[in-house]
Amino acid sequence: MDIAVNILLTIATAATPLLVAAIGELVVERSGVLNLGVEGMMIMGAVAGFGAGYLTGSPWLGLLAAVLVGALFSLLFAVMTLSLATNQVATGLSLTLLGLGLSGMMGTGFVGLPGERLPNLYIPFLTDLPVVGRLVFGQDPVFYISIALIAGVAWFLFRTRTGLTLRSIGDSHTSAHALGIHVLRYRYLAVLFGGACAGLAGGQLSLVYTPQWVENMTAGRGWIALALVVFASWRPWRGPAGGYIFGAGRNGQLHAQAFGIPVPSQFLSSLPYLATIAVLVLISRNKRLTMMNTPAALGQPFVPDR
Amino acid sequence: MGEPLATGNLLEVRGLTKVFGTLKACDAVDLTVARGEIHALLGENGAGKSTLVKMLFGSLEPHSGQILWQGTPVRITNPGVAKKLGIGMVFQHFSLFEALTAAENIALSLDDGSPIGQIAAKARALSFSYGLPLDPDSLVGDLSVGERQRIEIIRCLLQAPQLIILDEPTSVLTPQEADKLFETLERLREEGKSILYISHRLEEVKRICDRATVLRHGKVVGHCNPREETASSLARMMVGNEVKAVVRVPVDGLEEAPALLEIRNLSRKPATPFSIPLRNISLSVRAGEVVGIAGVAGNGQGEFFEAVSGEVRQEDTGAVRIGGKDAGALSITGRRLLGAAFVPEERLGHGAAPRMRLSENLLLSRHATDRKTFIGPGGMVRSGIVQSAAQRIIDAMDVRKSAPDPEAAALSGGNLQKFIVGRELDRRPSVMVVNQPTWGVDAGAAAHIRQALIELARSGSAVLVISQDLDELFEISDAIAVMHNGELSQPIPIAEATFEKIGLLMGGAEPGHAAHGSEAEIA
Amino acid sequence: MRVELVKRPQRSALFSALSPFIAFALTMAAGAILFLLLGINPISAFYTYFISPISEVWQLHELTIKAAPLILIAVGLAVCYRANIWNIGAEGQLIMGAIVGSAIPVMFPAFESPIVLPLCLLLGMLGGAAYAAIPAVLKARFNTNEILTSLMLVYVAQLFLDWMVRGPWRDPQGHGFPQTVMFNDSATLPALFPVAGRANWGFVFALVAALAVWILMTRLLRGFEVRVLGSSPRAGRFAGFNFNRMVFFTFMLSGALAGLAGISEVTGAINQLQPTISPGYGFTAIIVAFLGRLNPLGIVAAGLVLALTYLGGEAAQTALGISDKVARVFQGMLLFFVLGCDTLIHYRIRFVGLGAKARGESEAVPAAKLEEVH
Repeated sequence: MDIAVNILLTIATAATPLLVAAIGELVVERSGVLNLGVEGMMIMGAVAGFGAGYLTGSPWLGLLAAVLVGALFSLLFAVMTLSLATNQVATGLSLTLLGLGLSGMMGTGFVGLPGERLPNLYIPFLTDLPVVGRLVFGQDPVFYISIALIAGVAWFLFRTRTGLTLRSIGDSHTSAHALGIHVLRYRYLAVLFGGACAGLAGGQLSLVYTPQWVENMTAGRGWIALALVVFASWRPWRGPAGGYIFGAGRNGQLHAQAFGIPVPSQFLSSLPYLATIAVLVLISRNKRLTMMNTPAALGQPFVPDR
Repeated sequence: MGEPLATGNLLEVRGLTKVFGTLKACDAVDLTVARGEIHALLGENGAGKSTLVKMLFGSLEPHSGQILWQGTPVRITNPGVAKKLGIGMVFQHFSLFEALTAAENIALSLDDGSPIGQIAAKARALSFSYGLPLDPDSLVGDLSVGERQRIEIIRCLLQAPQLIILDEPTSVLTPQEADKLFETLERLREEGKSILYISHRLEEVKRICDRATVLRHGKVVGHCNPREETASSLARMMVGNEVKAVVRVPVDGLEEAPALLEIRNLSRKPATPFSIPLRNISLSVRAGEVVGIAGVAGNGQGEFFEAVSGEVRQEDTGAVRIGGKDAGALSITGRRLLGAAFVPEERLGHGAAPRMRLSENLLLSRHATDRKTFIGPGGMVRSGIVQSAAQRIIDAMDVRKSAPDPEAAALSGGNLQKFIVGRELDRRPSVMVVNQPTWGVDAGAAAHIRQALIELARSGSAVLVISQDLDELFEISDAIAVMHNGELSQPIPIAEATFEKIGLLMGGAEPGHAAHGSEAEIA
Repeated sequence: MRVELVKRPQRSALFSALSPFIAFALTMAAGAILFLLLGINPISAFYTYFISPISEVWQLHELTIKAAPLILIAVGLAVCYRANIWNIGAEGQLIMGAIVGSAIPVMFPAFESPIVLPLCLLLGMLGGAAYAAIPAVLKARFNTNEILTSLMLVYVAQLFLDWMVRGPWRDPQGHGFPQTVMFNDSATLPALFPVAGRANWGFVFALVAALAVWILMTRLLRGFEVRVLGSSPRAGRFAGFNFNRMVFFTFMLSGALAGLAGISEVTGAINQLQPTISPGYGFTAIIVAFLGRLNPLGIVAAGLVLALTYLGGEAAQTALGISDKVARVFQGMLLFFVLGCDTLIHYRIRFVGLGAKARGESEAVPAAKLEEVH
């Protein structure tokens, strides 16, 4: 029983950063912007989170720094693609490349240092309940934030007028502009939100998942988060299922090793990537479904005609 | 036209100017709209009508000039300001969101923040009271063009505007639907609202408008009372000089000529969630003949063009036959090699690559049919020969351009269309399929293109023209068939065709019924 | 204040030519600020980065060794990106090319013959092309996003290489180090001028590839097809060009070139397989492709510049003790500035002040008045 709970807990911890980054990117893409820089914003969040946590001794300040740096870094993307109308794919890629380099430079001094870890929730009595206690009341703070974010985004997108406006921009920015909606203003905010989420996800990695700084420690999670948005077909509540599948895949290697299955570790390490490809294929082969759900203006630059 | 009254004018525009690059789209335009009138803004394509109203609605910013609303100068910096003032707009290319419901679309332009359900109820009530019924819960992507226009109108009316701007509203309607719209407009006038009605269709302007302002090349060339003018005097004001009339001499013996394009039981499933399926379409076009396909936009014309051109192939290889050979399984290149040529509806991005030069755009549709001429050994493009061929077309079609070999996007709509049509005519194709040959094209270029199509047919080719413009089809066709909801009616010989009969078919009347309609009373 | 873009009627030839230089100048300025923040004199830092690594002939040879894979990969990627097909997995294709190309010298270390090297190179290209065919199949057949699949396959390739050199292909006499046997001479890419330095045939391959792709893109019908499908896919379909075939063509071409880069690196510079054989050439090549404006000849220049940042990074690490990651930051910034400056080719930039606009609006009413009107 304990083993099962432990496995579920590790899966949840592995899935949380994917979910957080994905829910942010989902909002960005709903506004019609494709930001491929998730990996870069995430790694910047990770290094900022670790650094701030280490220097101040407070993992909470670390988390805050991760969020702020993620958002700040996404601002660069926003200025480029929204104000200067650069190609979103190319700009997103360069954001990732820049983030990987910049984080490596900033983190040179942090390598090998012990980091601060955000404490798990502990509520006397409740957390001590068998099985559900630790699963429901004993996880790390970012786990709860991730659930709140998903619920909040779902409510925002489909229950508020502002959310409706955001979706309309993702459907047709020209129509939205004709109605007098400030397309770029909404998109700026969406991109910043996505950056903050990616930063938070990075902070989770360096403050919860493995409380230390390792170069390239995001290891492709930003890209998996992007895949997760496709998997969720741009609907917030379809994210968690995918996130936990990917999370399980990421931990499959540990469990397989724990159970003594004789497979080379490299093959197990490649599972999450292969699983991502497999899931993407399964989702995208249904062209009709993808077409129905993809925001129609996704990735297209918009220059207001005045 | 007398001086506008000093008071009582709802809107007054003085010297409004808008410059795009080097082009003066609007040049010191003056305009007044009185309360309770339907005011026409007349002008042919490219005259600056849309630019002007976009400035009135705050979508574009004027370079200079002044707008007075109820006698007070105002700056309309964005559509929100226009709405607050009481200006509503029904766009020509709708500003709707396909993935959202009608009610959500309406909610997006209202600022009151009331719940969607309440808005839906209001919209439903209003739509019934004006006789424009609409279902607020349906997805816009699923609706026909006419239904979409209703949403735009209802959305506009819900804002209780004092001035309603309609940009070419009848271009997407059947004649009968247009009648219905005119009733609505007259009722709005009785309610004291003002309407700025943009059109290039003279008959309807004469019918419903109280006053007219005529634009040409961005300048106001006159104000008039359209009821006192004739269609030809209005046309002269619009175009400036007489446009050479298109000459079509009826020919006999077409029935005996061989069918060069045959379509048999062509069906196609919808390709995207919002597209129209084609149902069992059959049609023959004979050598020497121009057949027109009428229909309201969005009834499957685009899907039909894709299927006939081979951009989308058929499973049944006999569904499309070109020059007596089965072509259903062939690609567009294969069909071109059988002698067919195609001109799609969209110029930029479909018929031509916008950022490529005209010579490269020539290669676009002719790299396979003229391979021996244009392509050298090893797949090397003989650019010199291609360029001189492009020049030949430019001369033949009188394409006006600013640079020796400009990018397609740098040409005006009419000149680019002349080039695209000329590119195909230059091959002397035995079958020519054209979708919307003169959409957005100025009158002179349109006449040139229409005449060229007739001459191609008379020289022994089969010409199929898909168009929303009924006047155009009556001008050039030997027979007209009507497409509605993915189905095609029997072609009606031009001698028996009337606007009413075609209009009924466009609205979805049973093909059999309309064919027996009485043309005597209309003609 | 806000920034507004105003579309130019025609693309600006002036800014087409100037934009890379403006971008380079801006990168220098930003770099100077960066060095000041790090407490380093920018002048000496720039000297260490950009002058000292190429002040002697043998160093120029090193420059070509670094530039060759970047150029090879980038010209292939440029074809992809021109077709609006986003292969970002060149790093994986490079690795797979290196592995497949190494099959003969690793499995038959004693086999020496003049045909070994050509076979290695050919196998390397095949390996890269085959690996690139995976995302191509998935895109053409299942409509799967090629950005994500090609990128995922990079991680898989890295892990596969790691397993090969630790497992089946490990040198039994290698004292347990994760590496294969050293290649014999007939599987070694010869140096061009052995007396002067290490520069090898890889650089020649790169120049030939750049020239060939330049001819393809500017002179051949196939290049026209790439440009049409990339810039307006619908017009491409109308022209009778097949997008799925283009997906295969571009992926396999760029995969083969990345594979060639990989096997050239292994046979020319390393002479064996190790867990890491590339310092991220496949990703840096993306920067090179854009920096060269997706033009093969521009890419040759861009490849040399970025190769210099690699060498400069190494030099700065030893001379100034700063992280070699600074070079990566430079590369990223350069790409950002290039993308930003390219906006000037198609748009004019207009700065709009917060105050009232001057042009002909003296009678404009203030916002408060508008409320009254209403």
